[in-house]
Amino acid sequence: MKHKIRFTINREVKEIEVEPNKTLLKMLREDLDLIGAKEGCGAGECGACTVLVDNKPVNSCLMLAVEADGKKIITIEGLSDGINLDLLQKSFIKHNALQCGYCTPGMIISARALLDRNNNPSEEDIKEALAGNLCRCTGYQRVIDAVLDAAGKGGGK
Amino acid sequence: MLKYVGQSEARVDGVRKVTGFSRYTDDLKLAGMLFAKIKKSPYPHAKILKIDTSKAEKLPGVKVIITGKDVPIRVGLYLEDKTFLAIDKVRFIGEPVAAVAAESEEIAEEAVSLIEVDYEELPAVFDPLEGIKPDAPLIHEDLGSYKHASIILPVKGTNISNHYKIRKGDAEKGFKEADFVFENEFYVPHIQHSAIENHCAIAQVDPEGKITVWAGCQSPYAVRRTLATAFNIPLNKIRIISPAIGGGFGGKAGTTLEGIVIPLAQKVNYRPVKLNFKREDIFVNTFVRQAMYAKIKTGVKKNGRIVAEENKFYWDGGAYTEYGVNIARAGGYASTGPYDIPNVKADSICVYTNHPVGGPYRGFGMSEIHFAIEQNLDIVAYRIGMDAVEIRRKNALKDGSATVTGQVLENVGLMQCLNKVTEDIEWDKRERRVSKIKYRGKGIACMYKAPSMPNNVGSSAIVKINEDGTVNLLVTAMDLGQGSNTVLTQIAAEVLTVPISQISIMTGDTDCTPYEWQTVASRTTYCCGNSVKRAAEDAKNQMLRLASLKFGISEESLELKDRQVISKRYPDKKVKIADLAMGLTMPDGSGIHGPIIGRGAFIPPDVKDTDKETGQGDKPVAFWTFGVQAAEVEVDIETGEVKVLKIAAAYDAGKAINPELVCAQIEGGIVQGLGSALFEEMKIEKGKVLNPSFVDYKIPTVGDVPEMKISIIENPEPTGPWGARGIAEPCMVPTAPAIANAVFDAIGCRINSLPITAEKVLKAIKSKKK
Repeated sequence: MKHKIRFTINREVKEIEVEPNKTLLKMLREDLDLIGAKEGCGAGECGACTVLVDNKPVNSCLMLAVEADGKKIITIEGLSDGINLDLLQKSFIKHNALQCGYCTPGMIISARALLDRNNNPSEEDIKEALAGNLCRCTGYQRVIDAVLDAAGKGGGK
Repeated sequence: MLKYVGQSEARVDGVRKVTGFSRYTDDLKLAGMLFAKIKKSPYPHAKILKIDTSKAEKLPGVKVIITGKDVPIRVGLYLEDKTFLAIDKVRFIGEPVAAVAAESEEIAEEAVSLIEVDYEELPAVFDPLEGIKPDAPLIHEDLGSYKHASIILPVKGTNISNHYKIRKGDAEKGFKEADFVFENEFYVPHIQHSAIENHCAIAQVDPEGKITVWAGCQSPYAVRRTLATAFNIPLNKIRIISPAIGGGFGGKAGTTLEGIVIPLAQKVNYRPVKLNFKREDIFVNTFVRQAMYAKIKTGVKKNGRIVAEENKFYWDGGAYTEYGVNIARAGGYASTGPYDIPNVKADSICVYTNHPVGGPYRGFGMSEIHFAIEQNLDIVAYRIGMDAVEIRRKNALKDGSATVTGQVLENVGLMQCLNKVTEDIEWDKRERRVSKIKYRGKGIACMYKAPSMPNNVGSSAIVKINEDGTVNLLVTAMDLGQGSNTVLTQIAAEVLTVPISQISIMTGDTDCTPYEWQTVASRTTYCCGNSVKRAAEDAKNQMLRLASLKFGISEESLELKDRQVISKRYPDKKVKIADLAMGLTMPDGSGIHGPIIGRGAFIPPDVKDTDKETGQGDKPVAFWTFGVQAAEVEVDIETGEVKVLKIAAAYDAGKAINPELVCAQIEGGIVQGLGSALFEEMKIEKGKVLNPSFVDYKIPTVGDVPEMKISIIENPEPTGPWGARGIAEPCMVPTAPAIANAVFDAIGCRINSLPITAEKVLKAIKSKKK
């Protein structure tokens, strides 16, 4: 049996019916065609599926879609308005803080959540906030640099 | 003056990646798509007696089920020993024996559980040292009849799928001349690439019989060739499209899933079939880095000069070694590391085992052998009372030195790298004991690597000049994240004087983009870079020719400058690229030549076979890359925990086309090397992988990053574009031995197997105290 849920996705209100065992990640990717959140492990270990749920970073592969009812969700697709990039997105490009790009949406979303609650993070704060986002390409230093740079430019709230 | 080459241009794929717009294979949604799952073997080595698919077939939503008998073909890049699904025997736990395509992943999963397979277990091999024994169970009885490349030397009637030999000088005589002889052994375990993108493939057959495959692959043309041969279809009837690739590191260099989705797609009436491996499948069912035992015997003079070496490398090739055999070969032709040793006997032996399939992993062979070579050198230095840097200086390959295969080298940047790194790590300064329980140490390791590839493999590029003077660049070198799209665009921009933003690069479609052998071996900037340069020059020369006709002056007196062909002497004689792009319009209104399309091709010059018995030859590889890393570590002697504080690295890139991307590669390589040094190991017990997840197999996280000091050295490679050579793989090669050497420096304990876990360190400290 499908459940009807209503939520805000990237500032738009949506109402859909989902299976009770469907994950939020599957719903985003399959039902809403928002493919920016990725599946890297399907078990909450890699962070590639990170999205903001009521401003908090969440592994969408571990959350059921029905739990999104009444919530406000932001995915990487909702971070820029299609013309202007978010400061973090600009900063990731400037610092070469990405390579293959697969972990990048999750990484940026986690960083966004950090800057939204702390607009002047230390390197340690960044390491803590991104500890759940695995990247196999960059070696992370440039990711740290990118987040620090974005914060310094007023990239927080 | 270079305008684009040598500049740290922003990545051309940056915006699409930070916005989540990049499409990877799993992001593709095709109408009517079916979903596949595989049935896996529970045994490491067993005969397949019977496969009963009748229950699974009755499940609603199941479209087709195939078994090995439906795909009775052997494939392989260097040795044709692999089948896509097991036929009579299974050779590792997890090997696919059947596959299902169904309306949903859930139905496919259920169908798989309904397939019943009867097996008869066979004695298995779990260690290459056991596998080479004469009475070991044979894993491939038919090895003697398998087709293989001429550079590969399998031993019929054994588990040895390649035995590569080096016989340089006279090792026996060398040992007699030595003042000391030391023997050491090392072990490197299996590890996994752990690219964050899952492996995924989709296949569809159209009504004309043409097969299209979408897969994130490093080597679309190699995949096309393998699949076309396997399924007996002409190359024009199969098209490989590689969307964005979420990391490769060698793991996506061959064929895996494609060979399963094609036979499924052939039976479902034009519907596309998708197979998406979950993380557990990736650990077990895609390439892993082979485990390896190394035995090194070194003969050295009192003055630190090494006069003889006898090296044996035993590679745990796994159940199929179609690619792994070439790793043994690479380990063989680089067997002494970057040192000038006159007398060498080396044997690099690839052995079948009932383990997951070994394959290419970033710098294949090199990380493994250098872990042994570079620690061995430290042990030798310590034993004869010499400084670790000094012994390296004394034996390092320099201009005019001969490699282990007898190749005489020029433009060797090793000493410069060594000097830079010792300076950056402050080699002469030591503060060993920083507290009661924390000890610090520094260690160094050198490396060299050449692209391991057949001598005569090619690259090509096409440059199309558009009506408005903008450019489309077509190649099949794949950007796995390393930044090749950016670097290749810079190369075209430099020749054509067209800004980066006015060049669009397209890759990875065998029906549209021109031939590229493979995106492996740190060969892309060098091989494909050369072909892009030539293609751009070809387009440029066509435009110079047309301008020369237009102005009635010689081509030599014209140059391309700022998107115009202009006379060197009479600057008023000039014509825009845009005005030549479609050919030249003559004064009478007629046209000549037509659209400008530049074509470039490249094969590394003069690379030749080596002697089969001695491994000797003038130029067995295209070029060598040299690099050095030094590590500073802190060891907690109460817990055994090793913390890497700092890594200094220097690489001779020849010419850094994009210095920031070179540094980014080196940083990524260091951190990947750090993972392999400290925690990465696939725990395999009786053929079963016990830790196939990121919870149980830890890769570095943001908290593990050490301070990194990166230096780029530039000694031009004469055959590279502007002197460039590859550095992507070399970045991780010396990290693990540098860390191991630093651990010894800190606490006087030698850890001769990876990873250097707290448990091993603590054990070593305890046994040293006794």
